[in-house]
Amino acid sequence: MPGTETKHKVRDVSVRMMRGGSGPPLLFLHGANGLPVWLPVFDLLSKHFEVFVPEHPGFGTSDNPPWMRNIGDLAMYYLDFIEGLGEHSVHLVGQSLGGWTAAEVAVRNCTRLKSLTLLDPAGIRVKGQPSGDNFIWSPEEAVRNLYFNQAIPDQILGTQLTDEQADIALTNRFATAKFGWEPRWYNPSLERWLHRISVPTLIMWGKEDKLFPAAYAKHWGDKIPGSRVEIVPECGHVPAVEKPEITAKEIVRLYQGTR
Amino acid sequence: MQFTFFHLMPYRPLDMAERHKHRAGWVVLPNTLYDPKKGANEYDSYINQLVYAEKLGFDVIAVNEHHQTAYGIMPAPNLIAANLIARTSRAKIAIIGRALPLVNNPVNIAEEFAMLDNLSKGRIITGFVRGIGNEYHSTGINPYWSHERYQEAHDLIVQAWTKPGPTSYEGEHFNVRYVNIWPRPYQAPHPEIWIPSMGSSETVKWAAAPERKYPFLVTFSSRELVSRYLNVYREQARQYGYEALPRQLGWASPVYVADTDERARKEAKEGIETLFNDFLAVPFQMLLPPGYMSLPSMKNTMRMRKALGAQKRLTLEELADSGVVVVGSPQTVRDQLSKLRDETGAGKLITMLQFGTLSDELTKRNMEMFASEVMPHLKD
Repeated sequence: MPGTETKHKVRDVSVRMMRGGSGPPLLFLHGANGLPVWLPVFDLLSKHFEVFVPEHPGFGTSDNPPWMRNIGDLAMYYLDFIEGLGEHSVHLVGQSLGGWTAAEVAVRNCTRLKSLTLLDPAGIRVKGQPSGDNFIWSPEEAVRNLYFNQAIPDQILGTQLTDEQADIALTNRFATAKFGWEPRWYNPSLERWLHRISVPTLIMWGKEDKLFPAAYAKHWGDKIPGSRVEIVPECGHVPAVEKPEITAKEIVRLYQGTR
Repeated sequence: MQFTFFHLMPYRPLDMAERHKHRAGWVVLPNTLYDPKKGANEYDSYINQLVYAEKLGFDVIAVNEHHQTAYGIMPAPNLIAANLIARTSRAKIAIIGRALPLVNNPVNIAEEFAMLDNLSKGRIITGFVRGIGNEYHSTGINPYWSHERYQEAHDLIVQAWTKPGPTSYEGEHFNVRYVNIWPRPYQAPHPEIWIPSMGSSETVKWAAAPERKYPFLVTFSSRELVSRYLNVYREQARQYGYEALPRQLGWASPVYVADTDERARKEAKEGIETLFNDFLAVPFQMLLPPGYMSLPSMKNTMRMRKALGAQKRLTLEELADSGVVVVGSPQTVRDQLSKLRDETGAGKLITMLQFGTLSDELTKRNMEMFASEVMPHLKD
């Protein structure tokens, strides 16, 4: 069942959003590459949840309000967003930049979260283990370095982008720089407050992640009380794309533990 | 015309085979390829050339700022300027420019320029730039805010120079409670500010505004583009209700003069081709990080790149034919320069007479030839 595309407006900001499935609400926050197509992982999740996948402000064709200047603003926006969904609380899932955002939401306020899933999140620095420099990678490296199974980048690189898709990719790159360029991919304050996360939390990490080494997973696990860390073998930076069955299965398992 | 002798100070002893094992001559080029003994000699040679330019009658001698690259070994151009102040007496000394967004306290730039202006008793010209895209990688500064930081830094520096202190500055990026510089600049209201640019329309509009009227210098562009951008500036000035003066319009170009066209092209070839292909060339994601250009400009640039396809090595012949570089006999060079001057009304020429790996000997000959055979014909 593919999701449907809608517009969602909170305060003065209108964003694109895909939604599909039925059940308790699950909010999926995308990563630096922007709003994905309706992925197999969303189909799997939509058997259990009503899945909401918004396009962050500043990405693609969503609004880019001038007051949205850093990751803290994005997190506060998502607190407004969750209230604006008309749902009491959501299962929050975030990939990479979206994972960082989800953690920033959770340290601020967990009262409207049922669970938290972080997939290879950005957001913390591990000294001596720098992140990969995705801003200096060539376009080909930037695709190849995200996946363990090179058949995926082969397919992506084999498709010519339309002008419209190229423009969206460029817009996403700008937004990504705004949030992640400096300090590179982390917020110095975030790690100090991770203990405030008080909902069941799952941290999943592709063992072969070339952007944020899998060694980061333990740091997250140590800081978030009661969290569970799952390292996914033969998987790069994007478990939701590369290992959709495992990703969906673990999120469902986390949800069943909350009932 | 006003003549400027401009230097980039490239590191000529660079092992080119080694350089091409890396992404670029910037950011990630291992600094083990820099030999301090050879580098020290480079500084000697280049400072001597700048000092000699004053003797040859150039109005202005100029340097600029680059970081972590073999392309130009002047991360702190003010240090070179201070040295030039001590060794010259007449020429204006231009630092074109300092990269404003790359610093965290622009007051430092205001202070240092004010000091140089005092040390030289008013011989300083300044230039304000945003830095090259690569420098947002090597400094870590977020290119997304490049334009905003530039505007704020500019406003803060001009405020520091012109408003009796203490004042305060309240911006998004810079917030300074006490702006109260000692010394104040020697020149009133402040040293000239030149704007070197690749011709972005936003920059033209801003530089030409009546409250600024900053001299606008088009750099590293073809004859056709130099003409187009300078005329855009003139047109913009008319829209503001005034006529741009020659001193507001300039362009910067590598120039090489020898007895004959053939000899000039032969002698300049290696220097020009190393400048563009080995020192300057970088992958686009390094040169144009996100936000360095506005999103609409960047979309156009990406479409043009897609249409152009893969980049090949540029040859001297191509660069000379399109007028990005001016190379030839005295007559050829005079003709090309006066034609462009007449088409644009430009009153400033910023010459690069040393470029890439061009040797001291050929640089000296080029400087002398230019000063005796070209300059007198174009002087006002």
